[in-house]
Order: sequence, then C-alpha cells, then structure tokens
Amino acid sequence: MNVRNPIVLGIGAIALLILTASTFAIVPETQQAVIVRFGEPQRILNQYRADEPFGRSAGIAMRIPFMEQIVWIDKRIQSVEMDNQQVLSTDQLRLQVDAFARYRIVDPLRMYISAGSAENVSTQLQPILGSALRNELGRRPFAALLSPERGQMMDNIQSALNRVASQYGAEIVDVRIKRADLPGGTPLDSAYDRMRTARRQEARSIQAQGLKQAQIIRADADAEATATYAGAFNRDPEFYDFYRAMQSYELSFNNAQTGDNPRGRTSIILSPNNEYLRQFRGNR
Amino acid sequence: MALFFRSAASYKSPMRRIFGWGRRLGASMSDNRGGPWGPGGGDGGDGGSGGGNGGGPRNPWGPRRKKPGGVAGDVTSLDEFLKRSRERFGGRFPSGGRPYWLYGLVAFLALWILFTSVHRIGPQQRGVVTVLGRYSTTLRSGIGFSLPYPFGGVTKLDVEEIRTISIPGGEAENLILTGDQNVIDLAYSVRWNIKTPELYLFQIANPDATIREVAESAMRAVVARVSLDDAIGAGRDAIQQRVQETMQQLLDFYGAGVRIQGVAISQSVPPAAVNDAFLEVSAAQQQAQSYMNDARAYALQQTARAQGEAAAFEKVYSEYRAAPEVTRRRMYYETMERVLSRVDTTIVEAPGVTPYLALPEIQRRQLPAPQTPGGQPR
Repeated sequence: MNVRNPIVLGIGAIALLILTASTFAIVPETQQAVIVRFGEPQRILNQYRADEPFGRSAGIAMRIPFMEQIVWIDKRIQSVEMDNQQVLSTDQLRLQVDAFARYRIVDPLRMYISAGSAENVSTQLQPILGSALRNELGRRPFAALLSPERGQMMDNIQSALNRVASQYGAEIVDVRIKRADLPGGTPLDSAYDRMRTARRQEARSIQAQGLKQAQIIRADADAEATATYAGAFNRDPEFYDFYRAMQSYELSFNNAQTGDNPRGRTSIILSPNNEYLRQFRGNR
Repeated sequence: MALFFRSAASYKSPMRRIFGWGRRLGASMSDNRGGPWGPGGGDGGDGGSGGGNGGGPRNPWGPRRKKPGGVAGDVTSLDEFLKRSRERFGGRFPSGGRPYWLYGLVAFLALWILFTSVHRIGPQQRGVVTVLGRYSTTLRSGIGFSLPYPFGGVTKLDVEEIRTISIPGGEAENLILTGDQNVIDLAYSVRWNIKTPELYLFQIANPDATIREVAESAMRAVVARVSLDDAIGAGRDAIQQRVQETMQQLLDFYGAGVRIQGVAISQSVPPAAVNDAFLEVSAAQQQAQSYMNDARAYALQQTARAQGEAAAFEKVYSEYRAAPEVTRRRMYYETMERVLSRVDTTIVEAPGVTPYLALPEIQRRQLPAPQTPGGQPR
C-alpha cells in the first residue's frame, strides 16, 4: 500500500485532471459556445443578445466529459471583405470597388448546423456581398455613387445580404464601400484627360479674364486722363490750341541730329509773309 | 491546471506547517540536517493519499504534543521518527530533497498569487478584470486586485495613449473620387484612443483594422460629396471634421469603445499624372495677375501724366490770363527760336520770283550730314 501510494496518487491526479479539464471549460466574453453531444447540438452558452451588457453569461461551463464537445463561435463583430470587384454602372462606367461587411453570429446553433465554422460563413458571405453590390450599383448611374444616395444603396445591399446571412445565423451590422475607384488604364486615363482639359480651360479663362481686367483698367485710366485734360483745357480752347501747337512744333521739328534721332534733319522754307518774319520785313 | 489544483488542495496545510516549523525551529536547531522538513515532506505524500496516517500532517509539532516533556526529549524522538521514516520509504526518496521541493512550491504559489492577483494599474491605464472568462469590472489607476491567474485575469489597456493610423501606409498614391468625378491624391492620419476598455476588448474581432477600414470608408464617403476644388483647397477643415464625426458615429454604432480624437489631412493634391495641368492654372493666374499689374502701371502713368499736363497748362494759362497778348507773342517767338535754330531754314524773299526748290540738293546735303554734324549753314 505504502509503496504504491505515489503511483496511485500520480495516476489519480492525472485522471482527475483530465476529468476536470474535460468537464469544466471557461467561456470567455468573446466567444459563444455550442455544446454538442455526439455531433448533436445540445445547448448554447453565452449567446449574443443585443441588450445584454458584458459580464452576464460568460464564465465557467460544464459538460459531460467525453460525450459532449464544445464548438467555439466568435461573439464579436467580424468582418468580411470583398476586394476589387469591377462594377458596371447603368451609364456603362466601370468602377473598381472594395467593400466590407461587418456581421455577428447571433444564432450560433443555426450557424453550426448550416455552416459548421465561422470561416465558412465568411467564405459564403463574400461572393454574396459581391453580387449584391454589383446588382445594386448596376442599377444606378455612376454619379449616384458620389452622392447622398450612396447611403440608400448601402442600406439596400445590407438588407439583401442580411437575407442570406440570416440563413447562417449571422446578422449584418453594416455594409460599407471602402473604395470606389476608376479602374487603371483607359477609364482612369480618360478621367485624367478630362481633368487636364478642364484645367486648361480654367487656365485660358483665367488668362482671358486677366486680359479683360487689364483692358478695363487701361480704358478707365484713359478716360480719367481725358477727363482731366478736358477739365483743364476746356477753360480756354483758343489758348489751348495755341499752347498745344507750340508744344507740337517744338516736338516735331526738334530733330537735331543726335544719337537718339538719326533720321536726319528737317528743312523749312519760309515765305517772307510768314508771321515769324513780320519784324524781319521791317514793316510794322 | 495541474499545479493549481494541487496547490489549492494543499494550500492551507503547508501554511500551517510553516508556522509550526517556525515554532519548532528553536527546539530543533541543533539537529538541523533537514530534519523538520523531512517529516513535512513525508506527510505531504501521505496526506495526499488519504491523510489516514494520523500524525502525518502534524508531524513537526506532533512529537511536542505527544511528549510535552523537555526539549531534549523532543529532539531524540524526532531523530527516531526520522530514522523510522527513512526506513519506511526504503531510501527510495531522498528524505532531504522532497521538503525543499515542497517549500519551493509553496513559495512559488505565494509568489504566483501575489503576481497574478495584485495589479499595478498605471495612471494612463485601465485594467479589465475577468473572472473565469466573465467580465467583472474595470480597474482604474492604482493597485487593483483580482483572483489569481487561471480564475481571474486582468488585461491592462492604455486609454490615454493616442494611436495614429496613417492612410495610405506607404508612398503610393491614394486616389479618391470627388463629387465632381475628379480624382485626388489624399493622405491623412486618424488619431484615436480607447474610450471604453471592455468594449474595445470584447466587441469587435479586430478593432485596429476596423478603425482603419472605417476611416477609409468615411473619408471616401465625405470626399465623394465635395468638389475637387474644395478637396484640395478651402474645404479641408470641413472634410476633416465630417470624417471625424462619421467615424465616431459608426464606431459607436459598432460599440467599439473607441474615441476618434482627430483626422488630419496631410496631403491633398491632384494626381501626379495631371499635375502639369494644375500648374498651368496657377501659371495662368500669375499671368493674369501680371497683365493686370501692367495695366495698373499704365493707368498710373496715364493719369499722372494727364494730371501733370493739366497742371502745367493751368499754370501757364493763369500767367497768360494776366497778360494775354505779350505772353502769347513771347511763347510764339521762343518756340520758333528753338525750332528754327535747329532746322535748315530757307527764306524766299523776293516777291514775284518763283522760288526754285532744289529738293535733290537738299537731299544731297542731308546725306553727308552724319559726317559733319553741326557744320551746316544756318
């Protein structure tokens, strides 16, 4: 008896350990558990309920050892992504769309029966998200995607997806378009061309506006100058005539041959009757 | 797990044994070849298998109770007991080794409990406490307690630290469609921190990636409603504001327990492919500006000249008014003087004589003129 003691003890401890480990399990807050007996679901632990705060149903779980198994199902919001789908809008514009849907397993039992595992749900939802998106976007013009209508489209896609998801015990929380781009190559290039030409147009119009403004400024200045001249000269038009003639003669005939004025000289032939020579003639 | 159950079962007795040994230590100091430990180890095994051994667990002080005589008597009886114990185990277990191991275990357990149930929560941290996987409470800064490890657990989260997500991650262009179907290259960053630690932990499978996706989605949704000019120019602040609001709404709807501190657009430019055309626009703006500057210069010049001439005329006119006839004559003669002094003048005086105007001669005279400037007859 004494000799066998430690061995019995060891075996007993190990057996107890195995028994404990296969009887008790800790269900964390992040997981839901389906207890399955020989493949047949028995009960659900820590199932998601929308209005239940944390700290209520998670905790220690018991099961019949060796007969019942636990299937873990994530309780948190999961994401399924759809990468780079080409979508054709009604106005025949191609778009490269990335989208994601967020879902949560709300009915672990149904999910276990219909999909088996969370990965399966994700792979099942992915193509459906793609086709729902294509259907919805294919019914609208491209511009709708860039408008407040977008929210409505997302709601439609969400409800379409939700119909399928509920078969897997999942609930779609949200569907979003992550990116909607023009595909590379021709569509993007033509968009670039459009942008370029729009910019050139803007550039030209800015230039033209600048010229126009400049012209107006000049004209205004000319008008102002004319008004100034008129205001001054109009006080005695007869004197102005004389005054301006004097200035003009000086300017016109003042062409001494200098570096500035290489055009040569002017010759003036005066008649003796010229006013300038009145005194020269000696007659008063 | 194994460790734990074992320790849970024997949690109390080793403790008591420690105290027992302490009391006994003074007595058996002289015979301290692992003596007190030996029996302890022995009864550890015995007690585990049923504890029917009677004196087993209480061995260290057992002899004292049985023989409350003198100290010396105690020691001898203990020696005897040790001898008997060794014989009983047939020397298979080295009687000195096991007690050390046991006390090591006790010490280990004590430390284990100390380190896994007492938590120092830093000033910027919160600790989310779970009991057997179930959320129980959130610890604030300071010292917090929980059940020791396999039963309880604390996840510490830094709630003050502002985390930053940069989009796009690398150097690549992040092309976004604007409301007027143009494309811009946008780079921005989102700053966020944890608002509610337990939600952050339990609600969303991959919170960081979720925040990133939500940021991208919100940014694109917002930019899709503004024009290109707003997006690369004046509308940036409004965009940042709206993205922040949209993200916060969405994350609250998910129950992510996250607060968006801010969205900052670090770069919002036209794509490189069309940048030249955008530069043309700014060049055109410059050009238009320079046209207008020229025009303004001309305008200033014109007006100033007009004012100057008008002022000059007014001055002369006021002089003229004082003595019209004389002034007029004076001006006439002075002007003529200046003019005629610089030009070739021919006066044909005799009346009745048809003047012969030698135009070729005049031209000829003009030709050599450059060689002999100033040598002309008046």
